Amino acid sequence: MKARVSDDALALACGADAVAAALAAAGVAVDRVSSWGMHWLEPLVEIDGNGWGPVTPADVPALVAGLLAEKAIGRIEDNPFITRQARLTFARAGRTRPLSLDDYAATGGWNGLAAARALEASATTETVVQSGLRGRGGAGFPAGIKWQTVAAAPGARKYIVCNADEGDSGTFADRMVMEGDPYLLIEGMAIAGLAVGASKGFVYIRSEYPHAIAKLQAAVALSADIVAPFDIEVRVGAGAYVCGEETSLLNSLEGKRGEVRAKPPLPAHKGLFGQPTVINNVLTLAAVPFILAHGAKAYADFGMGRSRGTIPVQLAGNIRHGGLFETAFGITLGELVNDIGGGSESGRQVRAVQVGGPLGAYFPPALFDTPFDYEAFAAADGLIGHGGIVVFDDSVDMARQARFAMAFCAIESCGKCTPCRLGSTRGVETLDRINAGDNRAANLALVEALCDTMKFGSLCALGGFTPYPVLSAIRHFGEDFQSPARERAA
Amino acid sequence: MLYDAHDKPGRSDAMENADTFSDVAAIIARHAGREGALLPILHDVEAAHGHVGEASVRAIATALNLSRAEVHGVVSFYHDFHDHPDPRPVIKLCRAEACQARGVEALVAGAEAVAGQRVRIAPVYCLGLCSVGPAAMLGGSVYARLDAAALSALIAAAA
Repeated sequence: MKARVSDDALALACGADAVAAALAAAGVAVDRVSSWGMHWLEPLVEIDGNGWGPVTPADVPALVAGLLAEKAIGRIEDNPFITRQARLTFARAGRTRPLSLDDYAATGGWNGLAAARALEASATTETVVQSGLRGRGGAGFPAGIKWQTVAAAPGARKYIVCNADEGDSGTFADRMVMEGDPYLLIEGMAIAGLAVGASKGFVYIRSEYPHAIAKLQAAVALSADIVAPFDIEVRVGAGAYVCGEETSLLNSLEGKRGEVRAKPPLPAHKGLFGQPTVINNVLTLAAVPFILAHGAKAYADFGMGRSRGTIPVQLAGNIRHGGLFETAFGITLGELVNDIGGGSESGRQVRAVQVGGPLGAYFPPALFDTPFDYEAFAAADGLIGHGGIVVFDDSVDMARQARFAMAFCAIESCGKCTPCRLGSTRGVETLDRINAGDNRAANLALVEALCDTMKFGSLCALGGFTPYPVLSAIRHFGEDFQSPARERAA
Repeated sequence: MLYDAHDKPGRSDAMENADTFSDVAAIIARHAGREGALLPILHDVEAAHGHVGEASVRAIATALNLSRAEVHGVVSFYHDFHDHPDPRPVIKLCRAEACQARGVEALVAGAEAVAGQRVRIAPVYCLGLCSVGPAAMLGGSVYARLDAAALSALIAAAA
């Protein structure tokens, strides 16, 4: 008998190591694999394709004796949560040992790189353009166009920088790629290097992800010969949310304060150390091997409108079936939250979902017919961001969430531009006055005006997008701003 | 005058001078020649000493041909770097939206009461465990599905 247990950080946090140890003690050989992304079932134990979860060490004797029926979920790959997905980027999730080069090669690994090596660089960038792949970090800029700009830019050296500073609450897809399928990211970066003429890549990982750092460092060392002469170095962030902003990240990589740079010049022209630089999110680069291996059309056949391909949606917060759900663009918010996510974990009514991290808008159930698509979300005054969905039940106080958005911006502001640095603190103070019932109408008007200034006057998305959660909370949940917090609590 | 006062080593600084000057030099040497070496150096110094003190700032500035103000500016910018030591164990408790939605705020007061002066409860904004919060990190290990009892046990075990 052989069992498979994930060694993803989330599985570990749920006790996977103790379960694996108990299985080993019971004489069962254990392979440590990536996570299937069904987080409510972690630690998930897989034996001969069948799954049990969430398993505790105390469950192991019953499991081994075939008696743990109440936690059996049947064949994992037939689970509706898996069969309803279109897993291109996460094709290996749950199926391979993260650091095994054999597993990677046996599941189509390095085919994209081989294809790129057989092509002219310009044909590789053209393939990425044709795929319609857009930056998955949040901005949604066409990846192929960015690559073409870097390829054409004059420079003594060029760099590929992977933005792995996944700081948005409600997101974990980057972490899952780095911990579960690290060679996929390495392959994507090597392809980008070939396409634009860069021989050096940096992965900037946030320090809150020690397991991802360790996995990726190990994978970089193990695959160095395969991607050579392309060379990858892992760098660790230092706890600054704003370093997820690309120019701030570049300053941090250079050893400076992570302050935002004014654009232009674009990083594609003057990026890391002043050289032309491709800076892409983990998910963007990890989508590239599939595109090169299977062709632009195979990727572009998924999706809707100008949002082509798939997006790894992250179901988080107060949700019954949280986890990683990769799907073609076009699925609605309501399908994701209710049909797939199963509604709130608490069993209470879902009242609000925040999409796109701390800078994303709060949506009420009335807007659950919004399709997951960059343009449709923009039209609804929201954003997809990095694809995270955080569900709140009806115990949420939206005035408190609006205040938190401003407070978070104040904590994390790099301080370079005034609307963000001062506006966030003034926003907290004004929302506190509203919550205290002080001159409510005038102060709400003031918050709206302040948000306008932040939106159009800030240098980057931190100050510029903080108005999204604040204004959406006021617009869709106005009743929470109409009486003092203590009365609502009563 | 200001400059003179600033130059005088403080109490922790004197300790740092005595104990650790040579290993700061070794850390710097290990990263010499790397592009953008400052953050890797600061991470190693912080890991070795629990902070980046004035003597370290001085040595790093000299080695990288930066002003002390520039190095100090970087140390003070990032949440991970500290300019004075705090020997207490740290539990980083996620306070971001997904953990809020799963009830972390209701745990905070109780956790701080259990921690007292012995353990530091620090906020962190996202550990990427957003579907199984409330979540926390102690050292290099992560913990999820915390309730008041589990968090208290974690605090009690922190060393």
